[in-house]
Amino acid sequence: MKNLKRIALLVVPVLFLTSCSNDDTPVNEEEVITTVRVTLVGGGQTIVLESRDLDGDGPNAPVLTPIEGGILVAGTTYEGSTEFLNELEDPAEDITVEVEEEGADHQVFYQVPSSVGTVTYTDTDADGRPIGLNFTLVAGTSGSSGNLTVTLRHLPNKTATGVAAGDITNAGGNTDAVVSFSVAVN
Amino acid sequence: MRLLSILFFFLVGFFGYAQVTISGVISDENGLPLRDAHVHIANKTISTDTNGNYILTGIPKGKQKLYISFIGYHAIEETIEISTDLTINRQLKLDITKLEDITIQQLSNSKSESSNEQVLKSATIEKFSNQTLGEALKEVSGVSILKTGSTIVKPVINGLHSNRVPIINNNVRLEDQQWGTEHAPNFDINAAGKITVIKGASALQYGGDAIGGIVIIEPEIIKEDTLVGKTILNLASNGMGGSLSSSLQKGNRYGWSWNALGTFKYLGDRETPDYVLSNSGNREQNFSGGIRYAQEKYNFNAMYSFYNAQIGIIKASHIGNVTDLYNSINDQQPSEIEPFTYSINAPKQEVQHHLAKINYQRWLNENTSIDFQYAFQFNNRLEFDVRRSSANNDKAALDLQLTTHTFLTDYKTSIGNWRLKSGLNLGYQNNFANPETGVRPLIPSYEKLDAGLYGIAVYKFDNATSLESGIRYDFSTIEATKYYLKSRWTERGYDAEFSHFIVGEEGNQWLTKPSFDYHNITANIGFRKQFHHEMEWLVNVSLASRNPNPSELFSDGLHHSTGQVELGDLRLEKEQAYKFNTTFNKDWKSFRIQINPFINRISNFIFLQPIGFETTIRGAFPVWEFKQTEALLTGFDVNTKWTITNHFSHELGLAYVNGQNLSTDEYLIDMPPFVINNKIQYKKESWFNFVSELKSEVVFTQNQFPNYNFETNIVVNNELTPVLVDISSPPKGYHLLHFYSEMTFKINKRNSLTTSFSVQNIMNTTYRDYLNRQRFYADEMGRNVQIQLKFNY
Repeated sequence: MKNLKRIALLVVPVLFLTSCSNDDTPVNEEEVITTVRVTLVGGGQTIVLESRDLDGDGPNAPVLTPIEGGILVAGTTYEGSTEFLNELEDPAEDITVEVEEEGADHQVFYQVPSSVGTVTYTDTDADGRPIGLNFTLVAGTSGSSGNLTVTLRHLPNKTATGVAAGDITNAGGNTDAVVSFSVAVN
Repeated sequence: MRLLSILFFFLVGFFGYAQVTISGVISDENGLPLRDAHVHIANKTISTDTNGNYILTGIPKGKQKLYISFIGYHAIEETIEISTDLTINRQLKLDITKLEDITIQQLSNSKSESSNEQVLKSATIEKFSNQTLGEALKEVSGVSILKTGSTIVKPVINGLHSNRVPIINNNVRLEDQQWGTEHAPNFDINAAGKITVIKGASALQYGGDAIGGIVIIEPEIIKEDTLVGKTILNLASNGMGGSLSSSLQKGNRYGWSWNALGTFKYLGDRETPDYVLSNSGNREQNFSGGIRYAQEKYNFNAMYSFYNAQIGIIKASHIGNVTDLYNSINDQQPSEIEPFTYSINAPKQEVQHHLAKINYQRWLNENTSIDFQYAFQFNNRLEFDVRRSSANNDKAALDLQLTTHTFLTDYKTSIGNWRLKSGLNLGYQNNFANPETGVRPLIPSYEKLDAGLYGIAVYKFDNATSLESGIRYDFSTIEATKYYLKSRWTERGYDAEFSHFIVGEEGNQWLTKPSFDYHNITANIGFRKQFHHEMEWLVNVSLASRNPNPSELFSDGLHHSTGQVELGDLRLEKEQAYKFNTTFNKDWKSFRIQINPFINRISNFIFLQPIGFETTIRGAFPVWEFKQTEALLTGFDVNTKWTITNHFSHELGLAYVNGQNLSTDEYLIDMPPFVINNKIQYKKESWFNFVSELKSEVVFTQNQFPNYNFETNIVVNNELTPVLVDISSPPKGYHLLHFYSEMTFKINKRNSLTTSFSVQNIMNTTYRDYLNRQRFYADEMGRNVQIQLKFNY
C-alpha cells in the first residue's frame, strides 16, 4: 500500500498541468484584408476604385465605390497603383508594404477586356519580376465596358509561362484578395 | 472414401469394440470442485456436476485425447493410454488472463452479448506498425476510412465517423478533438494488443452516443512471471522512411508488473504514380508505460501515454477561394509539385495527446467485482497555415487546448443465470482556443460537464441462448465563450432567440456565452442464439443519442483547409438513432460465412450542406451550413473464409451502405462506395512459418451522392464567366492489388525473428478516393514496398 501512495503522489501533479488562461480575450485578426484600393492617375484625372469589407470573413459583401465604377477616357494612359489595407486595426495596417517587402512571394494580376484597356507592370521584385503594385493602364476604345478584376496571389509560380506578362492562367498559388470593378470607356 | 472409413469405424464401435468407463472429479487448485467444467475424452464430452464429478462411458481402448477446460482456468490437454476403467481426477490452475477475458464477455463488459463484434489481434495490428489505427481497422469489413491526404486517417463504421464512432483506449474514451474530419485519432497503433469493433451503440458502458459504432482498444497484458520484449522495424519505399517501435513488458500473476513502449516514425513526401505529393511527410514520437500491482482480490493499474505527431498537408490543398478550387478540380493535377523532401512546412498539423490514468479493481467475491478509474487527457492541436505574411508562418493559425478529466466506477456481478453490470461516470472538459493565433478559431473555448449512469443485464437461458438488455442516462451541460461578428449574429437570426447569451461587446463583435443542457436516455436490447456448434444468430436493437458537438454548434467562418465557409447553428437538436443489427454466422468444415445486415434510422441527423455563397475581399466562398434531417442508413457486410487445403485459404469481405436523406429524398453525402476484398493465402509451416497473401481491393464508383454542385463567376479570357464547380461527382472506382509475405525464424526457445515483405498497390494504379478530403487536389499514393523486421525476445 505504501507503494500505491507513492504512485498516487507521482500521478497527481500531472493532472493539474492544465492551462488557466483568460478565455475572454478577443482574437486580434491578423490575416484579414478589408480594403483594396486602385488609384488611376492620367489625363488630369484621378480615379479611385475601392472595395471595402469591414466584417472580414463575415456575411456582409464588400462595398464597392464609386457605385458607377470607373469611367476612363479613351486612349488615355493612367499611372496605376494598388493598395491593400486592414482597417480593422487602428490605425489601419498597410498591407501593401508587406506585399512589396515579400515581392518574390506575391503578384497582383489585372484582368480586363482589351477593348476596355491594357495593363503593363511598372515595378519589379528582387529577382527582377513584376509585383504588380504599380502599373500603367491604357484605356481602350470609346463606348466599351467590362470588369477590371484585381487579384493578389500569394506564392504564385512567378517563372511560369506568361505570368511575368500578367497572365494568371499558370500562376498557381492562392488568392489573398480579389475584386472586380466595373469600368467603362468614354 | 472418407464416408466409407467413417462407416467402418462406426460399425466397429457398434459391434462392441472394447469400451471402458472413465470417471473422476475436477477441482480447482484448492481442491474445491468445479461445476460445469467441460471434459472431453475421445469423441465423448460431458460437463461436471455440482460436486465436480463426471462419468463417461463407452470410451474406446487405446491412446485417447483428454481435454478438460473451464472458464478462467488453464485447460488440460494430454494423451492417455486406456486399457481398463479409469478414475481420472484433475486440478485446474487459475488463468487470470483468461478469466478477465471471459468475465468481460460474460458480464458483457467491454463487449456486447448480442451484437456483431470484430476483433483485430496483435498479429494483424503489427502489420500496420508504421501506419495508422484507421488503416488497421479497414481490415474489418464494414469499416472504411475517411482520409485527408495520405496520413490523416479516420475510421468510418457503416458509413458514419468522427463523433459517431467513439474510440475507447485502455478503458478511457479518447477525447482528441474528434469532431473534425481532418483530425485523426491521436493514438499509436503499436500500443494496441487487441482492437474490437462493435457496429452499433450496444456497448452502453462506454456511452450512449455511438451512433455509428465503437472501437475498443485494449493493451496486451501478460500475466505470467516473465520479461518479454518486442522490436519492430519498418522501412517503406513510398515516403522513403519508416518506423521503429520497441516495447518491454514484465508480466506477473501477482505482485508488480510493468510495461513500456516507444515508437518513432519518420517519413518524407509520398508519391503518386506520376508526381510527388509535396509536403506530405509525417513524424511521430510516442511513448507509453504502465505499472500494475495485483493480488488475488484486487489489482491496481497506473499508466501514462504521450502521442506526438507532426503531419504535413499537401501544399496544393491550400486554396484561396472558389476560383482556386475550380482550377484544382479542373486541372486534375496539384498546382505545386516539387522534388522529394523530408521537410514539412506549412500547411501542417502538430498534435500532442497526453493520457494518464489510475485504475483500481477489487473482487468482492468470486462473482462480483468493482472498479474505480480516474483518467486525465490533455490534447493540444496546432494547425499551421500558409499565412499572408511569411513572417507569421511559424505561428499556428489554430491552437486548441482540450483538457478532459473523467472518473468512472463499474460494478459487475453474476447471480445464477443473471449477469449484471452497472456503473457511473463523471467528466469535466475544458477547451481553450488560444487567441494569440491572430485568426478567429472555428471552435470556441468551452467548458463541459457530463454525468452518466447505466445498467446492463444478461440472462442466459442455457449455454446457447441469451438475452441482453441495457439502459443508460446521460446529462451533459456545455458553456462556450465566443465572439460572434455582429453581422454574423444577425445573419444567423440569433438576435431574437439568443440575445440572452450576449454578455459583452467588442468593436464589431458580440461576446457571447451560449450554454446548453442535454438529458439523454439510451437503451439496447439483444438476443443471441446458438443453433448448433455451426450456426449462430444475433440480433440487436439500440437507441443512441448524440449531442451536437462544438463544431456543429459554433463554427462560423472560413475553414481554410477546405476553402469553404462553415456555419454552425445554435438551434441544433441532439441526434437520435435507432439501429437494428443482426448477424448470422454459419460454419461448415472448411467454410465459414458471416452476414451482417443493418438498418440505422437517424432523426435529426447533422450534416453539412451548401446553402449559397458569401463574397469577401478574398473572393467568393461556398457556404456550408450544419443542417438536420431525417436519415436512413441501410446496408450489409459479408465475410467468408474458405480453407481450401492445408496450405491455401481464401477470404472474402464485402460491404455496402446506402444513405438516404428522407427529408429531401436525396442520397447522403460522403457514404462509402461498395467494396469487395478478396484475399488468397498460402501458408506452409515447415518453411519457417511461411505465409504469403495476395489481396485484391475493388472499390466501385459511388453513384449514390447528392448533387451539391454550384455555379460561380470566374474570369475567363478577361471576362467574368459563369462556370459549374463540380464538387459532388465521386471519382471513378478502382482496383488495387496488394501482396504480403512473412517468415518466422526461431533463434531459441524465447527469441524469434519475423521478416516480412509487402507491396501495396502493386500495379502502381492511379486513383482517387471519394472519402479523401483532398481528392480535388491530388491522386492517392502509388506503389509502396515495405520491409518489416520483428524481434521477439
